[in-house]
Amino acid sequence: MACHSPSLSTMSSVATPAPTGETTRRRRRGTKLQRRQTRLAWLLLLPSLLIVAFVAIYPLGKTVYQSFTNQEFLAGITPTKWVGLDNYHQLLHDTIFRDSVVLTIKFTAITVTIEFALGLIIALVVNSKFKGRGVMRAIMLVPWAIPTVVAAKMWLWMLDDTFGVINDLALRLHLISHSQSWITVHPLAAVSAVDIWKTVPFVALLLLAGLQVIPEDLYEAAAVDGANALQQFWRITFPLLRPAILVVLIFRSLDALRVYDVFAVFFGNRLGAQSMAVVAQGTIVQDGHVGYGAALCVAIFLIISLFVVIYVTVVRVGDD
Amino acid sequence: MRPRSLVFWAGVVSLLALLVSLSIATAATNRSSRATASYPAPPVPGAAAIKAKYGGQSITFVGDSVGGGHQRDLALAKKFSQQTGIKVNVVPHPAASDAAYSQLARAFSAKSSSIDVAMIDVVWPGAFAPYLVNLKPKLGAQSKLHAAGIVANDTINGKLVAMPWFGDYGILYYRTDLLKKYGYSKPPTTWSQLFQMASKIQAGEQKTNASFAGFVFQGNAYEGLTCNALEWIASAGGGHMIDNGKATINNAKAAQVLDAMRSQIGKTAPRGVTTYQEDQTEHAFDNGDAAFARNWPYQYGIGAGAGSKVKGKFSVTVLPHGASGKPVGTVGGWQLAVSKFSKHKDATIEFVRYMTSPAVEKFDAITNSNVPTIPSVAKDKAVVRTNPYLKPAIASVARVTRPAKYLKTHYNEASKVIYQGINQILNGTPAKSVLPGIQAKLNQILKEK
Repeated sequence: MACHSPSLSTMSSVATPAPTGETTRRRRRGTKLQRRQTRLAWLLLLPSLLIVAFVAIYPLGKTVYQSFTNQEFLAGITPTKWVGLDNYHQLLHDTIFRDSVVLTIKFTAITVTIEFALGLIIALVVNSKFKGRGVMRAIMLVPWAIPTVVAAKMWLWMLDDTFGVINDLALRLHLISHSQSWITVHPLAAVSAVDIWKTVPFVALLLLAGLQVIPEDLYEAAAVDGANALQQFWRITFPLLRPAILVVLIFRSLDALRVYDVFAVFFGNRLGAQSMAVVAQGTIVQDGHVGYGAALCVAIFLIISLFVVIYVTVVRVGDD
Repeated sequence: MRPRSLVFWAGVVSLLALLVSLSIATAATNRSSRATASYPAPPVPGAAAIKAKYGGQSITFVGDSVGGGHQRDLALAKKFSQQTGIKVNVVPHPAASDAAYSQLARAFSAKSSSIDVAMIDVVWPGAFAPYLVNLKPKLGAQSKLHAAGIVANDTINGKLVAMPWFGDYGILYYRTDLLKKYGYSKPPTTWSQLFQMASKIQAGEQKTNASFAGFVFQGNAYEGLTCNALEWIASAGGGHMIDNGKATINNAKAAQVLDAMRSQIGKTAPRGVTTYQEDQTEHAFDNGDAAFARNWPYQYGIGAGAGSKVKGKFSVTVLPHGASGKPVGTVGGWQLAVSKFSKHKDATIEFVRYMTSPAVEKFDAITNSNVPTIPSVAKDKAVVRTNPYLKPAIASVARVTRPAKYLKTHYNEASKVIYQGINQILNGTPAKSVLPGIQAKLNQILKEK
């Protein structure tokens, strides 16, 4: 019944090595060893395949099935019936969901862009050699280590218009003349700020890992050839960091598209400030419409899949 | 980074994160209620017999989280456990009532035995009845002590699915010192009077306190806003959102009072009031940052308790009304219900018997300023002395009920439509472009039912 979004681990664990031309020929000829090895491979993969089927494919299939029914949350209220495409018809005219899709995509675009830019800068800084680098790398991770709901609540209080520390500081510094209610007047900015604060460390860490595998001697050679820092960045760092960048972008976009916690803590059920996941959760758990909620989940799944397809295509094109 | 230092720094990071989480958690629960220490939890009648039968069992109680409610639950559970040997785990529910509903709905639909007893809102018995134990055989006699209207509300198809625990109705809190300072002899009786007074007081007080607001209430998009809005609309003669099974919210009187409220947002009511629930309302008022507040009676005890900045400087009265209406208060209140999936139903029922007894209701009223559901307790002199809102002049205000009886299991969904729409109005959309949509959706939900 929960929403499912494609995750990279799932995708990679279902993929089995494609047999090359040579192995197919051999198998046809029936090399005993080859057959035994194939059997062994399947045998070894079986447990993980079963787990994937149980935790991913079964619930996803059930969600799709439920999306064609009128199932209610508290069973026994209305008998569940097959309703065909009714839920999807309703979905097309659902302005609340449509607004949430637009808002979530905006949120994704804003946060992923800023997180990437800041993360890259921080990664470059902590990759350079300076005293206390270890400490910096550790401290940088603090926001990431705080549970999102806790971080969101903390920010909600800091942004509060009567007792919030942010208004207090701004008033004392004479930046504003009256307390501002940040989350009502600038909802998207406020919620994005929290997500960025929390996630930049994660982005920086992934990019740092990418930076650390770039061999030092490339830079030495470039320096000998007279390349300046900017040239070194564009000609060496950036191309070699590309795999890490793509991983970051894919991870962050998927995470941002299915965002729930920050929005739920900040806005609850406020109209025009609901992410896709908040609408789906409210439909299923609060309204009790499991069937329609499942249709929303399928729609969210398709929207997120679309982004995956786009990214994967970009990677392929890039590789060619 | 060497491996050892990595582990070391990872430890430092986790520790910092833990500290932050813990300090947030303690800040959240650090609300004091009145005199819990000086007034001990009452003893459990017949404790020895209960201990002989059910001692050693362990039950889970999903209880209060607003104001001093959690502290009260802990004190009572501790007493009960000490005397009966039944261990009670107290788990506070989400502060927003609709979120608490979702939590219970999830547990019931999963047939979970992890919850034995839960506090349920006055609008839920209809929705949860199939999942609750009929308490009539064991608690029927005790239920006769409680107000008949609430018992009827908790009786579904002849089964007593919940026991009344404490009642609620919306009241107006006002600062007596500030009214005097700005030349007012009595609290406002109409909304427009309230806005005028709030505006004058706010203008004066903001010179020394930038975050001072005239009027605070529950404007967040959640169940509490449905309660607030019902009071505004009904007090202006605009009906009760649904009357005689038909949605009536889209009418001129309702639109007028809602637009009047909207015009105050960012003026006499802080802009952020559209995110306020009960706790933020109480914080603002008890911190001395508001002249008027609409809240439930529980706020009285916190305001009159140690640590409040308005102790001795405030009073309560009925809520104002519109030009052509009369004052009303939305009926709230909480019941205790036993889950059908509980593995210790008998022990749990003994806990409910204790929690809904006159002695405990008196304890709750005096220490936590909740409205007793037992009329004899509500008239008790000691109770009325500590809780002035129980004075007949206030307690006899006309009560309005949320339209749960027309909506039954669809109440939560309908209420969401209402509070989302009203919140949209408060956030700046004129009522006339929102109310028709609410009315249409409500009629659609009424038809589905």
